[in-house]
Amino acid sequence: MEKFAQSTGLRTRPAEAHTFDTVTCPGCGLLCDDLLIKRDVESKLQVVDKGCAKSIAFFERPQETISPRIAGQPADLQSAIKKAAEILRNANQPLIAGLGTEVLGMRAIMGVADRAGATLDHMNSNGTIRNTLVVQNSGWQICTLTEVRNRVDLLLIVGTDVVSLFPRFFERNVWNTESMFGQETASREVVYLGGRNIDTAPGISPKGVQPTVLPCDLERLPEVTAALRALVAGKKLYAQEVAGIAISDLEKLAARLHAAKYSVVAWSAAALNFPHAELTVQNITELVVHLNNTTRSSGQPLGGSEGDMSANQVSTWISGYPVRNSFMRTYPEYDPHHFSAAQLITTGEADALLWVSTFNPEHLPLPIKAPTVIIGHANMKPAIEPDVFIPVGTPGIDHKGTMFRSDSVVSLPLSKLRESPLPSLAEVFTAIQAAL
Amino acid sequence: MLIKLAGGTVYDPAHQVDGKVMDIYVRDGRIVERPRDGETISKEYDLRGKVVMAGAIDMHTHIGGGKVNIARMMLPEDHRGDPVAHSELCGAGCGHAAPSTLTTGYRYAEMGYTAGFEPALLPANARQSHLEMGDTPIIDKGGYAMLGSDDLLLRMLAAKQDQNAINDYVAWTLHATQAIGIKVVNPGGISAFKFNQRSLDLDENNPFYQVTPRDILKVLSRAVHELGVPHPLHVHGNNLGVPGNVETTLKTMGAVEGFPVHLTHIQFHSYGTEGDRKFSSGAAAIAEALNKYKNVSADVGQILFNQTVTCSGDNMVQHRNAGHGSPRKSVIMDIECDAGCGVVPFKYKDQNFVNALQWAIGLEIFLLTDDPWRIFLTTDHPNGAPFTSYPHLIKLLMDKSFRNETFARLNLDAQAMSTLNSIDREYSLYEIAIMTRAGAAKLVGLHDRGHLGAGAGADITVYTNDADREKMFAKPDYVFKDGELVVKDGQVVKVTWGHTHTVKPEFDRGIEKEIKKYFDSYHTMNMEHFKISSEEIAEGGRGGVVVQECKGRREKTA
Repeated sequence: MEKFAQSTGLRTRPAEAHTFDTVTCPGCGLLCDDLLIKRDVESKLQVVDKGCAKSIAFFERPQETISPRIAGQPADLQSAIKKAAEILRNANQPLIAGLGTEVLGMRAIMGVADRAGATLDHMNSNGTIRNTLVVQNSGWQICTLTEVRNRVDLLLIVGTDVVSLFPRFFERNVWNTESMFGQETASREVVYLGGRNIDTAPGISPKGVQPTVLPCDLERLPEVTAALRALVAGKKLYAQEVAGIAISDLEKLAARLHAAKYSVVAWSAAALNFPHAELTVQNITELVVHLNNTTRSSGQPLGGSEGDMSANQVSTWISGYPVRNSFMRTYPEYDPHHFSAAQLITTGEADALLWVSTFNPEHLPLPIKAPTVIIGHANMKPAIEPDVFIPVGTPGIDHKGTMFRSDSVVSLPLSKLRESPLPSLAEVFTAIQAAL
Repeated sequence: MLIKLAGGTVYDPAHQVDGKVMDIYVRDGRIVERPRDGETISKEYDLRGKVVMAGAIDMHTHIGGGKVNIARMMLPEDHRGDPVAHSELCGAGCGHAAPSTLTTGYRYAEMGYTAGFEPALLPANARQSHLEMGDTPIIDKGGYAMLGSDDLLLRMLAAKQDQNAINDYVAWTLHATQAIGIKVVNPGGISAFKFNQRSLDLDENNPFYQVTPRDILKVLSRAVHELGVPHPLHVHGNNLGVPGNVETTLKTMGAVEGFPVHLTHIQFHSYGTEGDRKFSSGAAAIAEALNKYKNVSADVGQILFNQTVTCSGDNMVQHRNAGHGSPRKSVIMDIECDAGCGVVPFKYKDQNFVNALQWAIGLEIFLLTDDPWRIFLTTDHPNGAPFTSYPHLIKLLMDKSFRNETFARLNLDAQAMSTLNSIDREYSLYEIAIMTRAGAAKLVGLHDRGHLGAGAGADITVYTNDADREKMFAKPDYVFKDGELVVKDGQVVKVTWGHTHTVKPEFDRGIEKEIKKYFDSYHTMNMEHFKISSEEIAEGGRGGVVVQECKGRREKTA
């Protein structure tokens, strides 16, 4: 711990300018790893090539180096860690939430959660759990990004424009110029189903072919996907339209899916923000399963931002369960509804909160009337001063890390791009565990 | 630090020691011949009357990687039945079919196992495999990298590249993925499934590449041999689970043209088509072939009755079997132009004709195969049964009356189709030690494990000799890992982190130009990020990478 005690609160030393190629960007779940980034003598980073709105916001965020605080007063790191451990020790039902971290950070969090009897929830859980429930209820048939890049001939996108969450999705996986199996990628077909006034321009092919757009209100997608699933399964529908989409248009879409050699059906569970959206996800995935009776098709669940896939993977291998899970009874338990952080805070069941967000200073905890520790991005500006605030380095900028991509199969190393006086989240949690 | 294990009855087949009473000395984690003159013994264990073997090695167990974690995620209902609370020493987790990583390490050690090898490490997912194995305490581990349906190899074969180029790519893969062997799963079939082909026989072409499984087996078995990798090509053949696949399996043995090959979970590949239900045992033919072809080894992949979950790289077969899932759910994936996976929960039932006969076929193969150095004890964890059922399986092999009593309770039609109760063989402790220690270490290429000679890593298990072999093997008195006492009376007393075993054969690094071009053109990941560093594996105080020697490197192909 000594090295942190000496360094916290100090400004970063002037660095040498340096240019990094093939940098991995954790700005969204795609984890593009082809970025060119320049570091100047003041350790400021600039995305020089292969940037997008997300990566620029992530890498070029001005760096604030601040000291830990206890009750709003500057404190040294060791005292802050001691205080955080004390809060955990004194709690009966501590909650560790946010979980915006990568694999090594999550591994350290799991150790603390086990010892402290904590409950775990990720800030993106409302979305990811829609997918988890489907995996646990029926399973699914999906593929990873390189398969999309080389195989997709018909891309059906449900309920999202993709690009506002994953800016380079089309560039890297749909309109890539080279593909492995002799396909002319420019003739790939794109269909948007659901949503209103979404940005469908990225779906226009390099040859200028417009995508098919079948708009409807998002909350009508349960009906629309049920109808499409029925049509794909060969059922006859007597309605003329559903949610403003003509059944004949859905019939054409079903026929195109059957005719495609390798269709991909993509969705972002985060965007399907209406009650019981897991049933809509299941309509999508079962439609894909049905298509595979005769041709090939894969689902493409898009996620992975703020380390949600990383947290889920690590939690699953260490505890046996994805988040939302809990160690409050000395063994792991899983309950995707009861262990929701928002609910545990609202009902007052959680009597201490450790909030983690290392990638993004804007993700702040829900207000809670219980002792609160925030461990996260140095630029965080909590509206209510927590009992303890510990700024940590940003993975992929200030220290190395490992992160799972949207497809939850490929994991990539994150690089260290500059010297930082801040400790990593893993170091802080390891120290908290030692102090418990 | 010198430890003396005094007066135990030792079974060390690597040195032809069959139940000899002797002392073993351990200094600083290694077995030594004898103390130096005047050296003090720090600790002595009185092992009179106890059975002493090297730590057991599971040469095929799905303990780390994407499909295992999918299985965990899919089955909260299974985990709820086996919660594991944390203790002063051990972290919490859960067990049964797809246990959490911590629980996996503790339970293996508590059964006297000190190493386990993940047989389906997808190169694109190898980092995850190593991360999970890194969180698996005590035992040593390693992985076999999967090739054979990866588009780069298939492109090289379609372009008729020479054997040396293939060898270089295979070696590059071993380095990049930190693996100790090469596995091929349904050779070419995972790729064929992506082109909508639903089955692929040994001499059938992959529809895109016009390459047959036989072509793939031939070049890969030869590459592994020529690189001097100790572990022969690890083969999960075509047509897993299909009645009549015994023919494919017999042909597969010949397809490697004399190069060493290991046929994994061979029970699932030993089915005939006789009888009213067109499903019969091919065990006799398989055992006869194994007895004849000295270049072929196999592990059984025994099934045992209960709930489990099947996790496989073979998405073609898993997609076909998805409807048999119990509970009925499945995850089927196409992965990175590299491989695939399929996870299907399954419940084997003793009154089900097929399951009962599968059980008998596995045991027939064990008992009809003569050479215990070439047949290995596995359940293909968790596909046939969870690894925690090994003590029960050992009892079935060592105790004929127990076996026959169990057999007599099975589905009657299955009993009528099996010769099992006419087989008198009972495995000896020496033979069990070959299968689970000396033979396994030799097969995997762990030169300093699986034996008790001077220089070996001191992975040692001590049992109380008990006529009830299940009881005996379930709960060792002591387990030492690298000389440290980690288990006492079947309970973990110290948590350590085992090594990751790898091989690093020499190769021509010029091949990387071609591999980089392939990555840059087609992949969504930079080639450099595909490679896993030794530092990553050791991160967080985990055991480091051990490089096992490739002793038998051959000259380049002319």
